[in-house]
Amino acid sequence: MEIPNVADKWSSGVNEIILGATKDKGGTRTKTIAIGGSKCVPFMDFEGNPGHKPVVAMDVSDVPPEDWPETLSKPFADVLNDPAKWAKKCVEQYGADLICLKLEGIHPDKGNKSAEDAVKTVKSVLAAVGVPLIIWGCEHDEKDNEVMPKVSQAAKGENCLMGIVSQNSYKTLTATCLADGHSLITMAPVDINIGKQINILVSEMDFPLNRIVMFQSTGALGYGLEYTYSIQERERLAALTGDKMMSMPVICDVGREAWRAKEAKSGDSEAPQWGSREERGPMWETITAVSLLQSGVDIIRMQHPKAVAAVKKCIDRLY
Amino acid sequence: MLSIAERINGMFKDVREAIKNKDPKAIRELAIKQTEAGASFLDVNVGTATADPAGAMKWLIEVIQDTVKTPIAIDSQKFDVVKAGLSVIKNEVLINSSKGDPEELDKYMTIAKEYNASLICLTMDKCGIPQDVERRMEIAMKIVEKAVEHEYELSKVYIDPVLFPINVDQKQPALMFDIFNQIKMISDPPPHRNVGLSNFSQGTKEKRLLARIFLTMGISYGLDAAVMDVLDKELMDAAITAEIIMNQHVYSDSYLTACRK
Repeated sequence: MEIPNVADKWSSGVNEIILGATKDKGGTRTKTIAIGGSKCVPFMDFEGNPGHKPVVAMDVSDVPPEDWPETLSKPFADVLNDPAKWAKKCVEQYGADLICLKLEGIHPDKGNKSAEDAVKTVKSVLAAVGVPLIIWGCEHDEKDNEVMPKVSQAAKGENCLMGIVSQNSYKTLTATCLADGHSLITMAPVDINIGKQINILVSEMDFPLNRIVMFQSTGALGYGLEYTYSIQERERLAALTGDKMMSMPVICDVGREAWRAKEAKSGDSEAPQWGSREERGPMWETITAVSLLQSGVDIIRMQHPKAVAAVKKCIDRLY
Repeated sequence: MLSIAERINGMFKDVREAIKNKDPKAIRELAIKQTEAGASFLDVNVGTATADPAGAMKWLIEVIQDTVKTPIAIDSQKFDVVKAGLSVIKNEVLINSSKGDPEELDKYMTIAKEYNASLICLTMDKCGIPQDVERRMEIAMKIVEKAVEHEYELSKVYIDPVLFPINVDQKQPALMFDIFNQIKMISDPPPHRNVGLSNFSQGTKEKRLLARIFLTMGISYGLDAAVMDVLDKELMDAAITAEIIMNQHVYSDSYLTACRK
């Protein structure tokens, strides 16, 4: 019996975005990263061009993280006080495709660092690594609106991915990114309708659709992963059927969310039946990432080197 | 929703005059206005007044293609006029229309394949227009069989069950909904489901309201294409809203803005 061909045909696809700018394009990056471009559901390349491989962005914070368990901070123990060295280690030793610099320390409750401090940090990280940069604010609207425009200007021409903007606060950073030639992350907390709305709002400011990356906030394994999964899956299907306001590549914040789970961070004595935390934590992050990959993700933010290695290997095998 | 904009038709005085005087101004304006209103195709019909319909069709298409990139629907009952139109087409094109007789379908599907064109097929044949669901579906089945025989993509076929004006036979419109549903299940992928919307409400006092309500009800049963007045903004917005209600697009507060683009 002949097996019928059940492949779906898709009329459209995910936008392609280039992040980073080399010298000839007005930046100083030594490499650029292309994301998106998929014209099929993940891992079903018999239905269309799968586009670019998902990439891993490793998190670097401008201040030493206060809530990281020992398992997670150990590989970075020598660099946690120096974001530039930290970024370099992620790229050179752990194979990060790009760096996500989180400006945690500008938050009024977490150090309240100034815009000048943030600019200095951004410049030092740009100088230390050649990969493209994601620059992520502290998610305090007022402070981000004060600091991020200055950071954006300092990185002008580097084509960074800047974030995040939300329905309630998008005008300042959108205008700044437009002026300084950066790409932009639009955020809606696990809400596809608001996700589309923020894309429309940003596009109404003439921000090009092919410079937007969507962020739905991320649920870790056991902590709402399925909500994130189903929204991202629906976003991908909307992109494939031609919804221009849902055709952006997607970013996930896997590292931070996975390591907030007690299953990842609890010590061995707290939960002896769960196995060694040295294995358990990275595994929690890995499983969260590879599960979400199947819903359609283009950039995964990650933290532990072991998890990064496992996920990159998985991506290479599947693509 | 694939909206086939009906306004470039020689039945309208301004278009008739434009054809007669070879004056492209009115045609260009209609092409731009209908494109901006969201037309998926611009229907082109030379009407009955011209002595050289094939020449008029070519001229109209060339004027439109010089003005906008919107795909064209060549609307004629005469095969030689359709052929003349196809000979000058640059972009995607839809042929409006073929009847459901096997020999007609052979002729039209052959040329549609040659030009990579889509094709509206009416569920009527030399016996006339069926009055019931069963006979219409019988012709629809034959259309699908012909497409398979010609290896003509079903996603390029638009089946039109021939909607009667409501003031001619009031029993007919309600039959359409069952037909849309059935055509949707006839094959995978199914052919499109098309109607001539203005024809349905012509000569009535509530022309626009009737068209709008039929279209939204039709969408809920699987109607996905219509020859219609795209310049009627309420009609276009009603179609978008019906599609949102049927979960065909992701909702957002600005869904009208997003879908109009």
